Amino acid sequence: MAERRTIRTDYLARVEGEGAMTVRLADGTVEHVELQIFEPPRFFEAMLRGRSFREAPDITARICGICPVAYQVSSLNAMEDVCKAEIPEPIRQLRRLLYCGEWIESHTLHVYMLHAPDFLGYHGAVELAQDAPTIVERGLALKRTGNDLMSVVGGREIHPINVRVGGFYKAPSRRALRALRDPLERALEAALETVRWTAGFDFPEHEVTGELVALGTPQAYAIENGRVTSDRGLDLAPAEYDEHFVEEHVERSNALHSRRASGETYLCGPLARYSLQADRLSPVTREAAREAGLEEACRNPFKSIVVRSLEIVYACDEALRLIDDYEEPDEPAVAVEPRAGVGYGVSEAPRGLLYHRYELSEDGTILDAKIVPPTSQNQLAIEDDLRGVVGRNTTLPDEELRGLCEQTIRNYDPCISCATHFLTLDVERA
Amino acid sequence: MSGRRLVIGIGNAYRGDDAVGLAVAKRVRGAVPEDVVVLECEQEPTRLVDAWDGAGVAVVVDACAGDEAPGTVHRFDAGEGPLPARVFRSSTHAFGVGDAVELSRALGRLPARLVVYGVAGASFAGGAALSAPVETAVDGVVEAIVRDLGEDARA
Repeated sequence: MAERRTIRTDYLARVEGEGAMTVRLADGTVEHVELQIFEPPRFFEAMLRGRSFREAPDITARICGICPVAYQVSSLNAMEDVCKAEIPEPIRQLRRLLYCGEWIESHTLHVYMLHAPDFLGYHGAVELAQDAPTIVERGLALKRTGNDLMSVVGGREIHPINVRVGGFYKAPSRRALRALRDPLERALEAALETVRWTAGFDFPEHEVTGELVALGTPQAYAIENGRVTSDRGLDLAPAEYDEHFVEEHVERSNALHSRRASGETYLCGPLARYSLQADRLSPVTREAAREAGLEEACRNPFKSIVVRSLEIVYACDEALRLIDDYEEPDEPAVAVEPRAGVGYGVSEAPRGLLYHRYELSEDGTILDAKIVPPTSQNQLAIEDDLRGVVGRNTTLPDEELRGLCEQTIRNYDPCISCATHFLTLDVERA
Repeated sequence: MSGRRLVIGIGNAYRGDDAVGLAVAKRVRGAVPEDVVVLECEQEPTRLVDAWDGAGVAVVVDACAGDEAPGTVHRFDAGEGPLPARVFRSSTHAFGVGDAVELSRALGRLPARLVVYGVAGASFAGGAALSAPVETAVDGVVEAIVRDLGEDARA
């Protein structure tokens, strides 16, 4: 008698990345894996057509309530590319500082509120808070520091309103930034404790096999810009992205899946960034990685929680460095005049590579927009992981298997993590 | 009522009826005394734990999805117990307003009084404006909030 089991999520309305998941087993073998994501960027690409190039940062910031800075910065990079604007170094550094705030905020949210409960056997952060309020308060305080940093640089912690093509509306004073030093020092300590905490979790066995893709820069761990690089030798300007990565429409899922042009699966995000650039992390971050027992490359997606924690350490440490080095720019922005053409912009959103491409008319009207978010790039990698993880654990009872599927999806901090809380599991016996 | 008074509208300005909390917050601002802090939050809700911590009264407005007619207004006193999952079952990312309430409760950080309004939405499509029934509901929610705050509208 064949045993057929189906694990699936229900469709949920009003989430920024709506999604659903189905895993079907027959006779103990994984028969079918499907992750469905209904991506808001598709709406936004249409909405951007006909708008001024100066509006793109504010509009695209609304795509995600967790990583608005990523959308803003990728769109700025693209607009400044098409308009051939030279952005002074102090403004670039200020953007990097703003982005550090977002990494702290977003990673801390995911590590503490969404992912850690999976490893500790809790349904969610509320139950974790009931048993371990001190730990959850540490996470909230750490996250607050990221919020405060975004407020001071961005003008408002979510959807920063101080960001514009060419720079900022107003540059923060040295004094305002220096007031963040003490909280950031405390945040750095909390982040190091976070690494020690997560490094002590039990990690299921699994290794990703796909190509690891992340931005790279020679000087530092890439965040706000860079070239598109991989562990298989890729090294591209953002303008070459479309030649090497394709999005294909998948009928069953109503979503676009990204692949390498060669057809291979790849993944982006913390594991890829860390594995490609561990040598460019700051000394305190590298020491924390060593203590956590991480090699200079990490292919176990369950350990992404440790890598994310390390990136919080790095973001705190890097923010301190940027604040110490900060000189108020002469002008908060350079004048950018529109040009007709196509521009390309990339940056490392907390979840991974975020690619924007815009075509502008002579007066700066957006004629076409393409946005490839990290979650759609990681979709096939997540499905591969589900296939591997479920395949190795088919004897687990339904409840445990569902939990493991959710945890596997959350390894990627996808914008659909909300949906995975509502997994339903049906067991059909033929 | 002693302590800080706070109104928080939650939503995404570009997602149709999801913006109803923001629309209410904008209108509340002109209808309450200046000492009432009015926030528009386009963000994930864990920040609410800090935002309402120590307040005397906090009123939160969010959109919700459900089977009710669009524009239906739900009102809950969060001090009485968890928000019903059937109303606030979906949220921006993994953490909803209901989770923020329970997280605050677990950490002993609920405000003295916390009222949550949920307005049933019709459409959360990208780029859409508020639907007519939700737009119609906004003024009623504003008036109710003014009553919650124990103040008469200035106008």
